[in-house]
Amino acid sequence: MSVTALKEPPQTARRASAQVVRLAPARSSLSARFRAAGRWAAVNIIPPLVVTVLLLVLWEMLCASPTATLPSPSRIWAESKDLIVDPFFVAGPQDIGLGLRVMVSLQRVAVGFGLAAIVGVLLGAVIGQSVWAMRGLDPIFQMLRTVPPLAWLPLALAAFRDSNPSAIFVIFITAIWPVIINTAVGIRNIPQDYRNVAQVLRLNPLEFFWKIMLPSAAPYIFTGLRIGVGLSWLAIVAAEMLTGGVGIGFFIWDAWNSSRLPDIIVALVYIGVVGFVLDRLVAGISAIVTRGTASA
Amino acid sequence: MSHAPYLQFSQIGKTFTRGAATTEVLKEVSLDIAKGEYISIIGHSGCGKSTLLNIVAGLTGATTGGVILDGREVNAPGPDRAVVFQNHSLLPWLTVYDNVRLAVDKVFSGKRSRAERDAWTLHNLELVQMTHAKDKRPAEISGGMKQRVGIARALAMEPKVLLLDEPFGALDALTRAHLQDSVMQIHATLGNTILMITHDVDEAVLLSDRIVMMTNGPSARIGEVLDVNLVRPRKRLDLVSNATYLKAREAVLKFLHERHRFVEAA
Ligand SMILES: Nc1ncnc2c1ncn2[C@@H]1O[C@H](COP(=O)(O)OP(=O)(O)OP(=O)(O)O)[C@@H](O)[C@H]1O
Ligand SMILES: [Mg+2]
Repeated sequence: MSVTALKEPPQTARRASAQVVRLAPARSSLSARFRAAGRWAAVNIIPPLVVTVLLLVLWEMLCASPTATLPSPSRIWAESKDLIVDPFFVAGPQDIGLGLRVMVSLQRVAVGFGLAAIVGVLLGAVIGQSVWAMRGLDPIFQMLRTVPPLAWLPLALAAFRDSNPSAIFVIFITAIWPVIINTAVGIRNIPQDYRNVAQVLRLNPLEFFWKIMLPSAAPYIFTGLRIGVGLSWLAIVAAEMLTGGVGIGFFIWDAWNSSRLPDIIVALVYIGVVGFVLDRLVAGISAIVTRGTASA
Repeated sequence: MSHAPYLQFSQIGKTFTRGAATTEVLKEVSLDIAKGEYISIIGHSGCGKSTLLNIVAGLTGATTGGVILDGREVNAPGPDRAVVFQNHSLLPWLTVYDNVRLAVDKVFSGKRSRAERDAWTLHNLELVQMTHAKDKRPAEISGGMKQRVGIARALAMEPKVLLLDEPFGALDALTRAHLQDSVMQIHATLGNTILMITHDVDEAVLLSDRIVMMTNGPSARIGEVLDVNLVRPRKRLDLVSNATYLKAREAVLKFLHERHRFVEAA
């Protein structure tokens, strides 16, 4: 039986074990610490900064002519400065800063993704425990997870008759598959040793879930959550374009309808940055939570 | 002793079935063990020692026959038969203390207060001299230390029988000797009934009251049971030239390498 999980091997775990072995750094002096920070910046900040500047210059050159179809960076700055400098202004019920719009979208993602995480882990745990559930459901899940998020939207609108729950449902249904599948694989991969320990101790199913299953499968679960949060963010922007409201997705649609291309580009940057931060956030939580899960 | 034995294997047989293929691993294994006895099981690799131990632990069901402990038939795992697994099986996300505490909490919840359970956890870590590393995680301690924590966890359950599956197999000779001394010490103080699988003839003779030698599989049986009549406490240095010790050692070696030489399983 083959289980194609959406997963990279749980690297966090391996990294954690490496950290454990590492010797404690000698107490460093202040200047040494500054030098270390400087080196970190040189490695992690300078290169993307340089590349960004180069790309901006290139873009400016390409779109400088008056006949260009897309706005150049300088034009974006000139026309959408208010959006860039103040993410949190409120100038009317429909005229608010992009930061506030992102917040609205994030709220929907939080509800939809939160539900997907809880339901996904529980379902994945049940499925991972049973060979027959796995055999029966895995192909169905593998099929459903390839359905594009927006394809669910008409069904959701028909069922809920309201745009907000529909958008949340789209997030939920998009994010849940990788969570279920990865959790199930993680549960299946719980070493027999840990199951034996649980049996000798006579842990009841609830204790087994909390004390063995969750920690043991945590690297897999977090891989699923990380994929899920990325998909959620992809889906919310698309869903909001169709359902309206004040989210960042609808802002883009609105800007397109009133031909404000520079605003769209600013919004794209916001979306990219937020998506990146979300991904890092889940990865960071995963690194903290799974610190001890590296099998010794 | 005329009353029923404390731990009894009666006619244990085990057959594994996968699809059409069946393998009879154990056949008619019977043994009576008294309370407080230290029994070693020795035999060539793959003969079914772990399978037998798992049946006693309740982790695997016997196909025929069964195990009776203290008047009750064994048919599920439980903390009255604590297992020290071959590969320690500590939970890597818990500290040394929490690994033992998990067992203590499970076995004594409702019977002892929090403070008592804490003290009992520390007491058992003390027994195996692991108190100093109680806040470390398994990945941060050595193999021998992990094995000691595994023993502490098993002891902390106050089991009727302690089951050890090659507990020192993966350790270097010095650490192994050290742990053997610890286990002898614990056995002397607590008087546990212990069933230990081993590959090491010296270890078997040094530690056991009786050595159970198994024939080669498939259909492994108990080939011979050897009484080791050495007074306790035993000191490994004194035994080097002890005639009884050497005789026992010879008997086991002869069994393993003359009469039941290891043949590659077909
Ligand atoms: N779940 C199983 N299904 C089928 N065969 C099994 C199973 N478990 C064990 N066996 C077979 O039973 C035999 C005995 O295995 P067991 O693990 O008990 O040997 P062992 O004596 O403990 O060996 P070792 O000393 O190497 O640990 C082996 O031939 C093995 O292939
Ligand atoms: Mg074995």
